[in-house]
Amino acid sequence: MSQTNPPAFMPSTETVFQRVGEHTMVVNMGPQHPSTHGVLRVVCELDGETIVKARCQIGYLHTGMEKEAEYQQYHKCVVMTDRMDYLNANGNNLAHALAVEKLLGCDIPKRAQYLRVILAELSRIASHLVWLGTHALDLGAMTPFFYVWQQREMILDMFEMMSGVRMMPSWIVPGGLRGDMPEGFDRKLLQFLETFPKELEVVEGLLVENPIWKERTYDVGVLTAEQALDLGCSGPILRASGVPWDLRKSQPYSSYEDFDFLVPVGERGDVYDRFLVRIAEMKESCKILRQAIEGLPEGDFRTSDRKIAPPPRHELDTSMESLIHHFKLYTEGFRPPVGEAYAAVEGPKGELGFYIVSDGTNRPYRWHERPPSFMNLKALEVLAVGRLIADVVAIIGSIDIVLGEIDR
Amino acid sequence: MADATLQTGSLEERKIREALPGALVKAKVHKGDLFLCVRREQIREVASLLRNDPELEYKFFSECLGVDYSRWDHERDLDGRFEVVYNLLSLKLNKRIFVKVAVDDGQKVPSLVPVYAGAEYPEREIWDLFGIVFEGNEQSQRFLMPDDWVGHPLRKEYPLGGEDVLFAEGDRGPAVEDIAMPHAGESFEGKTGTEDVSGR
Repeated sequence: MSQTNPPAFMPSTETVFQRVGEHTMVVNMGPQHPSTHGVLRVVCELDGETIVKARCQIGYLHTGMEKEAEYQQYHKCVVMTDRMDYLNANGNNLAHALAVEKLLGCDIPKRAQYLRVILAELSRIASHLVWLGTHALDLGAMTPFFYVWQQREMILDMFEMMSGVRMMPSWIVPGGLRGDMPEGFDRKLLQFLETFPKELEVVEGLLVENPIWKERTYDVGVLTAEQALDLGCSGPILRASGVPWDLRKSQPYSSYEDFDFLVPVGERGDVYDRFLVRIAEMKESCKILRQAIEGLPEGDFRTSDRKIAPPPRHELDTSMESLIHHFKLYTEGFRPPVGEAYAAVEGPKGELGFYIVSDGTNRPYRWHERPPSFMNLKALEVLAVGRLIADVVAIIGSIDIVLGEIDR
Repeated sequence: MADATLQTGSLEERKIREALPGALVKAKVHKGDLFLCVRREQIREVASLLRNDPELEYKFFSECLGVDYSRWDHERDLDGRFEVVYNLLSLKLNKRIFVKVAVDDGQKVPSLVPVYAGAEYPEREIWDLFGIVFEGNEQSQRFLMPDDWVGHPLRKEYPLGGEDVLFAEGDRGPAVEDIAMPHAGESFEGKTGTEDVSGR
């Protein structure tokens, strides 16, 4: 059984190092360390430069979103989901929308489902690009950072075109989307799909066979499949350990069953494999995006149930009924039946789910996110043991955490 | 003919009823998901059965979460103030199940860390935010909340806002001195939870 209680003492954040045993000392890393990707604090017990024990301290970004949500109507909770994993805002919106729709039991038109897939896959690429840039930066490779940021800007431009917001679109809401695809979006997306794979190849060429990169990542932080399942690690970490598990394939949601794509799987489960899996995932996402935009069906972008989604703007001028629906929806919201529901999507970091308990009112009784980074972070404590302190930086980068999601 | 004692007819329910008689309180299928309500004392046995049975293999520990039912006025599956919901996934069956236990103030839930190592973080989170103690995973340090925080914020009686500010001098500013009652004198009912619009 693993040691669950904190060590006998926990040094203050000002402590640089403190000797604890005959051979070991405690060194504090973070919470403002640049390679901890936010405000993660890792307390390492070292023997020389080898890590004997590592413990993560989190909570610096805890804002009580789950408490806040209990006081908000369902459609007002959507904006909080963006701010959890701020690199994958659309994926969070989607998971939340699916959970609320499961409570409501409403059907979403095919066009809305496809547009959701487009937004979610663009978010996945954007999230992986940030991961790739910062991970490489941590390990001393500065050039990829500039390449990937340029590509990410193009994705954010597309989000802005769709929703008016670059990073926090809140565009996927329970009942469908807030609005339809704008004129010219498809052209811009297809253009991006033309250029992006070439740009990705440039970055790949900088890293994949790079001897320094391989030395820093190869056989570092090996996680076995058994360990990964036990720790609740999901997403690219689980797949890099050789488990072909992807919720988009195994439990398809939002019409993912219509698309033809592969699930990249690693062999060794080290940092290098996680890198390769994420690179391959971006290419698969491009495949999905192309199929989705080319096969985009005609139809409505939200459900026709006026109790859940607002009526079209033009109806408000002529129909009293629509005006009432519009007013009721934005003042009172909707009331899902009593019950509980969990819906999960395959986010860029792993299984991203929402567990919502409804008591029949217009506000959730309990609103909980299953944050993939939170569960994956535990792997750091396991993987760091026996490695050098420099490897911790590589491992943190490879498990791709977002502290906004861990602390919520 | 279906077994008369089975409530859902699922393989998981049959296995638990055979191996651990009395452990299962209720089983239900709700919105397509299987919920197994289990006696608190036997959650560890149930979890290791679900994990190690070759026909089930619920090896993926997705998460666990707490729910405070103290302001709930509908039908319940279990008695007890809180519920802890374990979310388990079987890659073999491609199936997700939810195992629930009920716990009251002052009672402990056996920790699942010996069965699933990944249970450590969510259990610490539940202790921090709800005050539910997990036997075998007792904590002395806050997890998400600041170290000197008083109270467990996801409990229903805990107000939404009103963080008190403690000053070194003690008598200036809006400080609330009584740390045992961190939000003394403040009622947040009616601020965001007005009756007229929300209906709660």
